[in-house]
Amino acid sequence: MRTVSARSRLSSWLTRTPRARLALLLSAPLLWLGLAYIGALAALLITALWSTNAFTGQIERVWTLDNIRIVLTDPVYRAVTFRTIGVAVLVTLIDAALALPVAFFMAKVASPRWRPLLVAAILLPLWASYLVKAYAWRSMFGGGGLIDWLGAPFGITSPGYGLTATVCTLAYLWFPYMVLPIFAGLDRLPGSLLEAAGDLGARPGRILRTVVLPMVFPAVVAGSIFTFSLTLGDYVAVEIVGGTKQFLGNLVYDNIGAASNQPLAAAVGLVPVVVMIVYLSLSRRAGALEHL
Amino acid sequence: MRKILAIAVVAMLTACGTTSESPTENSQGFTAPKLPMHDKLGPGEGAVSILAWPGYAEDGSNDPKTDWVTPFEKQTGCQATIKTFGTSDEAVTLMKTGDYDVISASGDASLRLIAAGDVAPVNTGLVPNYGDVTAFLKDRPWNSVGGQMYGVPHGWGANLLMYRTDVVKPAPTSWAAVFTDAGKYQGKVTAYDSPIYIADAALFLMKTKPDLGIKNPYALDEKQLGAAVDLLKTQKPNVSEYWSDYLKEVQSFKSGNSVIGTTWQVIVNTAKAEKAPVEAILPEEGATGWSDTWMVAAKGKHPNCAYQWLNWIVSPQANAQVAEYFGEAPANQKACALTADKSFCETYHAGDASYAEKIWYWSTPVPQCLDGRTDVRCTDYAAWTRAWTEIKG
Repeated sequence: MRTVSARSRLSSWLTRTPRARLALLLSAPLLWLGLAYIGALAALLITALWSTNAFTGQIERVWTLDNIRIVLTDPVYRAVTFRTIGVAVLVTLIDAALALPVAFFMAKVASPRWRPLLVAAILLPLWASYLVKAYAWRSMFGGGGLIDWLGAPFGITSPGYGLTATVCTLAYLWFPYMVLPIFAGLDRLPGSLLEAAGDLGARPGRILRTVVLPMVFPAVVAGSIFTFSLTLGDYVAVEIVGGTKQFLGNLVYDNIGAASNQPLAAAVGLVPVVVMIVYLSLSRRAGALEHL
Repeated sequence: MRKILAIAVVAMLTACGTTSESPTENSQGFTAPKLPMHDKLGPGEGAVSILAWPGYAEDGSNDPKTDWVTPFEKQTGCQATIKTFGTSDEAVTLMKTGDYDVISASGDASLRLIAAGDVAPVNTGLVPNYGDVTAFLKDRPWNSVGGQMYGVPHGWGANLLMYRTDVVKPAPTSWAAVFTDAGKYQGKVTAYDSPIYIADAALFLMKTKPDLGIKNPYALDEKQLGAAVDLLKTQKPNVSEYWSDYLKEVQSFKSGNSVIGTTWQVIVNTAKAEKAPVEAILPEEGATGWSDTWMVAAKGKHPNCAYQWLNWIVSPQANAQVAEYFGEAPANQKACALTADKSFCETYHAGDASYAEKIWYWSTPVPQCLDGRTDVRCTDYAAWTRAWTEIKG
């Protein structure tokens, strides 16, 4: 009896105070966001300011800016940063160039009956494991692989593992993430606008340039946030098809897993964070965040 | 991420101070924390967690015929969980988690583990089979501190040069094939992905460029390290990929993406078993190599099972099996009588102290030059790690 009355008292108190209700509802997800997300970022920053004992690999909690200085001034880290950003940009451009016609076909040309099937077809590769797809590209680029076999009649041989293989693999892996936002953007574009432009005498090229592209641009930027950030943080595909090339992710992985230098790894890990902050603020200006 | 967070929390609790235990000074350039030694063998805990080089703790999952873990479990009642690692650096990092009871450590990991307080001194009196271990493996600088053993010697061998017999003709005789002549197999050379590989370049320079004055590939001053780094940078354009996962190297040689490069005997055996046309040689310059030691974790949860594993793995029967499977000289002299190939120990020079002296065992580079020079400071492992990042670019 007493527990029931306590429960009913609590429930009536909650009914009377909507603020307490809201606080209780939100505290769990907010705590999660604060601890696991912001807290992790803060820990990353703090760790970057420590150093390790080179011999034992133990972390020495003495404040130092050495790791940040190494990452900013050492030519190796600069080269790897520019290589990673360059590949991220290239992957994004390739995906955008491939995704635009595909998404246009899906949204404006294909009959409504086919549309869900096409969306499913684009999503289908996401069901397969990332590793399986990366290893598939490894065997395609390998000696005697598909590319060697296809190119043989034309005297073309596979470029082997390296940047080319990495760009191809990553562009393939992130392709669905580019198609879907553009498809959604084009879907919202009224067909009447295209017809009106045509009625006024614009040729298809001009319609694309002056009507479709400006309206779909925020969606492209939204898709590029995925392709760009996913490439920026990737290291597994690089490990599998990248040959001797290193990305920022590999430097983080090697510093934690191999060199047991977590502070330096944390300092390297801050680079993509900074790059993404810049990228996101630029995207926001382009109005892309409403299209995510 | 959780680990970094945990570190941050610990840091806040300890108010950003460094901890130190009362240290023992020694001449090896580091101080070993004083840790208690296991003094009496109690009943087994029913489980043991093993951190090992691939091929050192086989439970039949790779090859049903290769299994010396299951008999151990049957005899001692200690259920073994096995984790393998690809480089000594990875081993040192994994050992810090405190999840493992025993580790097979090479010379470039052992002293770091001792200095970090991750492994405890070993009471060899609790390991009956220790008595049969070859004398020249005991009380060495990589497995003991001040006369106190920190583990049980397991076996030793050399890093070899492997090549595809159908592509690499004539057969190589020198490490020059992967350094100065690497251009012949452009994009098909492979190398070990660890800073310790710099020693392979230093060894080659030691034999081919005497004016650099390298006496020990693990004792390099700034100029000598620079020469080794330059050599590795000229090698890099010819490298298809660096390996640290031994199965990746097997696959790479099988498909022909790599045709020549440094290897271990176990990789040669695995590749041959998969019908890859490969051979391996010990080049004329000699080689870097390993002399491994089973060590016991300082804070392991199963110390009694750990000691039972130590005794088991250097027992004549198990030691013979490991040595033959991995392709190394066994530490236990009695193992030689039990190998399937009766000339095995002769092939691997198991009891041959003078041959063993010719291999440059992996050691951790420290500022105090390992070759005895006192007029310069040598480059330490941190410098090697930075150099390796720079070489890979």
